[in-house]
Amino acid sequence: MKYIDEYRDADLTHRLLAQIQKTVTRPWNLMEVCGGQTHSIIRSGLDRMLPAQINLIHGPGCPVCVTPLELVDKAIALAALPEVIFTSYGDMLRVPGSSRDLFAVKATGGDVRIVYSPLDAVQIAKANPNKTVIFFAIGFETTAPANAMAILQARAQGLKNFAVLVSHVTVPAAITALMDSPDVQVDGFLAAGHVCTVMGYWEYEPLAEKYHIPIVITGFEPVDILHGVLDCVQELETGQFEVRNAYARSVTHDGNQPAQAVIRNVFEMTDRAWRGIGVIPMSGYRLRDEFTAFDAEQRFPQIQSIETHESPLCISGLVLQGRKKPDECPAFGKQCTPRTPLGATMVSSEGACAAYFRYGRYLPEMKKDERQ
Amino acid sequence: MCLGIPAKIVELYETNGMKMAKVDFGGVIKEACMEYLPDAKVGEYTIIHVGFGLSILDEQEAMETLDLLKQIDALGDELPGLT
Repeated sequence: MKYIDEYRDADLTHRLLAQIQKTVTRPWNLMEVCGGQTHSIIRSGLDRMLPAQINLIHGPGCPVCVTPLELVDKAIALAALPEVIFTSYGDMLRVPGSSRDLFAVKATGGDVRIVYSPLDAVQIAKANPNKTVIFFAIGFETTAPANAMAILQARAQGLKNFAVLVSHVTVPAAITALMDSPDVQVDGFLAAGHVCTVMGYWEYEPLAEKYHIPIVITGFEPVDILHGVLDCVQELETGQFEVRNAYARSVTHDGNQPAQAVIRNVFEMTDRAWRGIGVIPMSGYRLRDEFTAFDAEQRFPQIQSIETHESPLCISGLVLQGRKKPDECPAFGKQCTPRTPLGATMVSSEGACAAYFRYGRYLPEMKKDERQ
Repeated sequence: MCLGIPAKIVELYETNGMKMAKVDFGGVIKEACMEYLPDAKVGEYTIIHVGFGLSILDEQEAMETLDLLKQIDALGDELPGLT
């Protein structure tokens, strides 16, 4: 048991597909929340193998994609300061700001470094006492415990030259916003397995109840995703709306309690702007007051007011809400490619547009509607 | 971003007061923070995300689910709820 090959098994995948085919009688719109699931679905071709009645809608679960342009511009402004070493997960570097991206800052002499873990940023701060090391703390609940631990470590080690630019968002608030929007038609959710690994799934029970919608906690490999789809379709076909856990090897009802405790210790809930979607009330985290000394926005007040410019062509907001598929965008694969992205959804390894581009969904023969 | 990869814990130790581990991703060994898995043991599999262990994979749960899924043909249309 190595927890990978077992879940990529072709025979099991085909059995699950056959069972889904047997179960489904009507069209259903299922949203996979996490961009990692979107990439897995498109890479393995599940979107083309599922029965035509099942429409997979790609959700907003890509932190790089939903980080608001204003914060990307702030990151770019901070990274350009000579006294700053700017550290970030790699995905953020190519995200277009209003006029350039973090790679362009690096190319013009800014000290911008990619880190694998936020603890690496703490190490960089320790090794460079004469510079301020800023870490771009983005992510959903999955990443929040790691980013929070970096702040606690910096404090424990007495590092005064470490700060974070926080852009943390949460999934339940996004599901609420989507369900409250009259333009979004979702019949069931495949919830994000690693967010729930940290948070558990107790938060989703009131949502399933309130909106009468099945929510199935789902993993990332093809067998996991089809398991989630099958459970969700079974619920829909029999008129149930409960939370089920199709990723039980990693997810428990209560989640990882020590991780939740550290999140609560460092962060508190706040309203957050989501790129392409707008402000969602109480949809993210900000630093608690006792950690203000680590807040890059407080330490560099000169970056407070920034005027932003979105590309008028980009429809990534509609893509993130599941209202449009990437290949419905007139700029997709033309003005907008991973080399020249107009929006963050074309950049991130979890962005839906990047998945469609990488796995050839711009080719007519690769579109679901054209098959069979 | 929420990419989490299963890895086997091969060594546990402490650095700067933090519980750390060497973890094996199918031959590639990396360091990860185990502070959120106080009961983690060498030999167990964990989901690693940005250098942090987030869960210990439950082998029994995994086997039971796979067994259930493999029975799909035998059960035909009468498949009960899987989870």
